[in-house]
Formats: sequence, structure tokens, C-alpha cells
Amino acid sequence: MRTIQISEVTQNIKEMCIEANHFLTKDMKTALEDACEKEKAPLGKQILCQLQENLNIAGEDMIPICQDTGMAVIFMEVGQDVHFEGGSLEDAIQEGVRKGYVEGFLRKSVVKDPLIRENTKDNTPAVIHYEIVPGDELKITVAPKGFGSENMSRVFMLKPADGIEGVKNAILTAVKDAGPNACPPMVVGVGVGGTFEKCALLAKKALTRPVDEHSPIPYVKEMEEELLTRINKTGIGPGGLGGTTTALAVNINTYPTHIAGLPVAVNICCHVNRHSVRVL
Amino acid sequence: MDQYINAPLSREDAAKLKSGDYVYITGTIYTARDAAHKRMYEALQNNQSLPINMENNIIYYMGPSPAREGRPIGSAGPTTASRMDKYAPELLDLGLRGMIGKGKRTEAVRDAIVRNGAVYFAAVGGAGALLSKSILSSEVVAYDDLGTEAIRKLEVKDFPVIVVIDKDGNNLYETAVKAYEQE
Repeated sequence: MRTIQISEVTQNIKEMCIEANHFLTKDMKTALEDACEKEKAPLGKQILCQLQENLNIAGEDMIPICQDTGMAVIFMEVGQDVHFEGGSLEDAIQEGVRKGYVEGFLRKSVVKDPLIRENTKDNTPAVIHYEIVPGDELKITVAPKGFGSENMSRVFMLKPADGIEGVKNAILTAVKDAGPNACPPMVVGVGVGGTFEKCALLAKKALTRPVDEHSPIPYVKEMEEELLTRINKTGIGPGGLGGTTTALAVNINTYPTHIAGLPVAVNICCHVNRHSVRVL
Repeated sequence: MDQYINAPLSREDAAKLKSGDYVYITGTIYTARDAAHKRMYEALQNNQSLPINMENNIIYYMGPSPAREGRPIGSAGPTTASRMDKYAPELLDLGLRGMIGKGKRTEAVRDAIVRNGAVYFAAVGGAGALLSKSILSSEVVAYDDLGTEAIRKLEVKDFPVIVVIDKDGNNLYETAVKAYEQE
């Protein structure tokens, strides 16, 4: 048994909210640099250069990369031998988000009720996903999610007979429909299998996988590569203004499913694919 | 083609802008997004006046992050324009000359752009830190209670945008994508 003080959780989450909104991970930066070199459209290339300049300004002047600093999505992978001390873990996480967004000059984009729509003014609550795993460590992933791209995400309940072609078409459909709205170049997170909610969660989690890593399952890796190529042939391009860079990566996660179903979720993220990961 | 324009923008000057032009805006523009549009729309439904004059003005669909001390504004990039599609035609008919956002518009908006000699610009989505550098000052002029969604008056200098839909209804999102489509 290992004890973690919840105040430590609050402090880390606060810092991670600020960090994720000002600095992209190295794999994302490299992918954007590569894209800028390879882009064939002059305007597309200019936009990709501006995105790099934007990243530099964000880090140097501490201005958020994007004004939509997102709704905070937090994955908590809790080792089963961890014991939390000092109060409620849930409250500690929300307090970390509150401090991060208020003290870090991040935008407050959360409304208390989906229909009454009154701003909570501190960006809480976060959306939290807990997972109990072996061990005595706590892995926290903070992934602020902007809604320009979130709004273009889809769940398709396909039939088993639709097969792999059906899955590919679903992904291409979601990307084409998203077009300029999702701030391309995008990162496409896909969940295949499970149930209605499980595939959506798989897709969300796929967005936190480094863009230079593929699925360990050979046929899934092939599908990721093929779809990235096909998406970059749609012509959508940077900013949706035409070009050869529409996506930086397609990350697909799979899970066993029911004999009668083939759920597919496509969670689209813009080029500001933010996440901060820490292990306590 | 690169063009430099002043805001407010006359119908005459808007007519010179063509879909695909790279444009630098200098002058006064206003921000409004979802909640502010809803309120303006409701005001019009109730025969009340709008808090800002539409004539020849440009609205930027944007809700900034808070400004750090000594800065005019925080991160300030465009939001998705389609959520304002329900409200835009009526504002265009009242003289609104330009809109800055990102993403597709409806046919009704395109028709209203053509009818009124207006223009739809895109700013680069997700480049809010860079775009904030072209904003010299920011002042809330209406709906302060809406926080980031309040209406702000911005003074901008060489604010970079791209003409997507021009007064003839040409749409860069359709033409430019076709040029690079291979599948």
C-alpha cells in the first residue's frame, strides 16, 4: 500500500492544465514541422508555418495556443495499491482544474447545465475517467478538449457485415463532414468495438497516444496508415483551405464486441492535440 | 492576392475582395459569438435596438482567453462560424459587412452575403496566440455578464484573414479543396 496526499493531485492537475494549454508534446511538434515541409499548397504551407509561429509565441509569452482552452478531460489510472489521504479525490481533481483555469489565465468554457447554459466561471467540472490498474502508481493524463473539433465527432453503430470497409468509410465520412470546421490538420482518434459508450471512450483515449506510434495489432496499424494516406488525399488541407495535409495521424483502438455489433466512434481533434501526462 | 483594408468596411471596398485573397485588416471590429448572437436576435424579435450598429462593421466570431497583466487580450482565434448561421442573414440585411470565423456556412448565409455585398473571412483556427499579436486593444461594449462571450470592440492592426466567400458567392472551401482532391 502506498499513500498519496490528495493535495499533491490538486497541485499536479493545476500545473498540467496550464502546461497542456501552452506546450504541445514533442511528437505533435515534430509532426507539424514535417507537415510544413511536405505540404504542396502554398497557402497550406503558409498556414502550417503560422501554426509553428503560434506555438513559439504561446510558449514564450504564455498565451494559450488556442483561445478554446477546452473542457478538461482527465484520465486517472489508479494503481490498486494506492491509498488517497486528505479528503475526496474527486474534489481534489476539480480543485486542480479550477486553480489551473483561474490562475493560469485559461478560458472558462463550461456551462453548468446543457440547456440553461450558465457559465460556471472556473471551467469545472472536468470530465473524469477512472481506471483501476495493478501497481502502486497513479498515472494522470490531462487532455483539454476544444469543441470546434469535438462537435464534428461521430458514433456509428455498424453491422458486422459492414466489415473493415464499413469502418474505413465511417472514418472518412466523419473527416470529410468535419472539413474546415475541425481546424485541420487533425488528429483522428478512433474506437472500434466494445459497446456504444466504450467505443467513444476508446476513441478519446486514442487521441492521447503519440502521433508517431502505431497500434501493436498488424491489421490495425495497416488501417491507420491507409486511412492517413486517404484522408490526406481529400484535398481539405490546412485550415480547410486546400492542400495535402488534412490529418497528422489516425490512431485506432479496438476492443472485443458483441456478435451482433460493430460500433465505431470517431473523435476528431484539431492540430492543438493537447495532453499532459504525469506519473505520481 | 494580398490586400490591405480598413474596418469599418464600405460596400465599395468589400466589392474589391475576391475569394482566396489574403487580407490584412486595420481598424475597429467587434467580437460576438453564440450567446451574444442569441441575445441580439432576441432583441430584434422584440423590436429592440442592437447594442452595436451593424452598418459596415465586421464581426469576429471569437471568445478570448483572459488577458495577462499588461496585455490587451489573451489567446484570440476564430470559433466555428456555422453556429452563427441561424442569426447571420438578419444581421447582414442590417448592413453587417463582414464576418470572421472558420468553417462552412449555409446557403442562406451565402445568399445574404451576395444580397448585401458582404464578405466572409476565415482566420487560422487554433492560432490564437499569433492572432492576439494583431490586436491592439479590447473593450467590452455589451453583455458584460457573458464573460468570454461578451461583445468586445477591438482595435486591430494588419489582422490576417483569408476571403472565403466573396460578394459574388465564390467559396474558397469548395474551390481550393477540389484543386487538391485526389480521391
